[in-house]
Amino acid sequence: MSNIWIISPIIFQLASAVVLLFLWSFTKVQKILSLLLTLFGLGIAIWIFILVYHQGIQVTQAGNWSAPFGITFVADAFAVTLVLLTAIAGFAVSVFSFGSISEERLKFGYYPMLHFLLMGLQGAFLTGDIFNLYVWFEVIIISSFVLITIGGKKAQLEGAIKYVALNLLASVFFLIGIAFLYGLTGSLNMADLAIIVQKIENRGLVNVTASLFLVAFGIKSAVFPLYFWLPASYHTPPPAVAAIFGGLLTKVGVYAMVRTFTLIFVGDEFLGIVLSVMAALTILSGGLGALYHEHIGKIFGYFIICHIGFMMAGLGMMTEMAIVGTIFYLIHDIIVKTNLFMVSGLILKINGTQNIKALGGMYTSYPLLSLLMAIPLFSLVGIPPLSGFWAKIFFIQGGLEASEYALVAFVILGSFLTLWVIGKVWAEVFWKPGINLPVKANGIYFNELGKKEQWAYVLPIIFLSMISLYIGFWAENIIVLAKQIAGELMDPSLYIETVLGLKNIKS
Amino acid sequence: MELLLIFIIGLLHSAGIYMLLRRSMFKMIIGLILLGNGVNLLIFLLGKLVKGHPPVIDESAKVFSEIYADPLPQALILTAIVIGFGLQSFAIILIKRVYKVLGTDDLDELNSTDEEI
Repeated sequence: MSNIWIISPIIFQLASAVVLLFLWSFTKVQKILSLLLTLFGLGIAIWIFILVYHQGIQVTQAGNWSAPFGITFVADAFAVTLVLLTAIAGFAVSVFSFGSISEERLKFGYYPMLHFLLMGLQGAFLTGDIFNLYVWFEVIIISSFVLITIGGKKAQLEGAIKYVALNLLASVFFLIGIAFLYGLTGSLNMADLAIIVQKIENRGLVNVTASLFLVAFGIKSAVFPLYFWLPASYHTPPPAVAAIFGGLLTKVGVYAMVRTFTLIFVGDEFLGIVLSVMAALTILSGGLGALYHEHIGKIFGYFIICHIGFMMAGLGMMTEMAIVGTIFYLIHDIIVKTNLFMVSGLILKINGTQNIKALGGMYTSYPLLSLLMAIPLFSLVGIPPLSGFWAKIFFIQGGLEASEYALVAFVILGSFLTLWVIGKVWAEVFWKPGINLPVKANGIYFNELGKKEQWAYVLPIIFLSMISLYIGFWAENIIVLAKQIAGELMDPSLYIETVLGLKNIKS
Repeated sequence: MELLLIFIIGLLHSAGIYMLLRRSMFKMIIGLILLGNGVNLLIFLLGKLVKGHPPVIDESAKVFSEIYADPLPQALILTAIVIGFGLQSFAIILIKRVYKVLGTDDLDELNSTDEEI
């Protein structure tokens, strides 16, 4: 089905970023406008989602060049789900930025860059061309570079150097991978590649190419031997930026990995083993890192790594059940991680520190807020019936079906470590009697803010917590969606047929 | 021609990786630039080199009658050069800024974010 409107989320974010650029020095107008624009963007994303959910995969060919030659945009269920989640997280972060981003950052184009980042993310999800995916990745990283350095404090710059260097290196690996793939196949269209790569005799060369993609996406999504930039940089920018990074940037890597390893490089035993080993070690190192640290931002940073491991484990098992788990976990994780970093921002604003040893007594001073913050924290652990629980059932069931017992053990270990650390955070921050903290000289605390700013801190957390609760309590809807996506991923013939306009290539 | 390109690509990659492994920030960015150029040439090489046959059809001809150079790798390289240029200039400015704020060029001294705050 050809439908030009599927690129409207990208065009809309581009237009909003440009409008915001024109309002460069009017930071108050930018605040309100960005809020309205992200809300409208959310509306567009919901519309596209419903359209694709009811009418099946939609395709548009840029410049009307027919499929393997031009750039294709494909909106299948997987892509539109992530576009919708991006829009949700974007809206929440825009609201959260209203109160939490300081004037000196707003003056240097914080909001336009946020919208460029959202554009890049939605482009990466919607494209059906591997080189175009590279271009969207670059759009994402250049905007994230600006967001991570903007306002340049010392720690922030130090984190930025590591972030920038490793991401540039990942781009180089991605490009080498594309060069190899083009040399092997002479095509860049993912649907076309899916057909050609199957027919290549020299599997060794295909595996080398796949490994290059694995390294490139592995750096982006912070998996085991390649994650060291993440804990060094994610706690340095302001919480709103950390929220959008933690929620979405690593997940783009996961998305790209799921896409390429279910569509292009399919069913190779070697890759399955590599993915499984990396997944297991990612879970272990992320969990242990979270256990060791005392700074909330760092703990959550290590949680990102640990839970990327879950998603990779599902991909490594490569059964439909496990892929359902990966998709479900991805949906749950984007919402929860965005929310968690906002929670860490709120804790910082209330207390002026993020060290769990120094914190305490939040439950007595802010009982209602504490209960609100409990929702994302315990969703992350996956205490039934909260949202993290359902995905893990599929991981374990899928792992037992595929007789990947070791991987199942690691998933359980990872959940246990998460539970332990969240229990520790809860006990230290909320239940432990408070200690008198040294008062920051120049900082403004939460209770000194105006009503509007206070609500701007709390509302996005409520919004995302409600979505988390929806995912948990109405899990059957999400499972239906995840099963549909997993079905499309495991049998990509419909995707290929729709993109290339072919009939019956199953032979 | 292929052989020459292979050696240049190998040289650029090895020099880039060597520079990346040094401790200086400035050398790191030079390494990334060299790697980026090496990759651009790699795309060019793997797009199959054809000498003296531009992909232009005669007005009279309906189809290609002979082998022609693939124009796509050049488009890819052009895109990659432009993107790479933008990212590298950003990285250079960032390094200058970091050097001014922290007063060091040694990557091993950038460890304050690893300590507990």
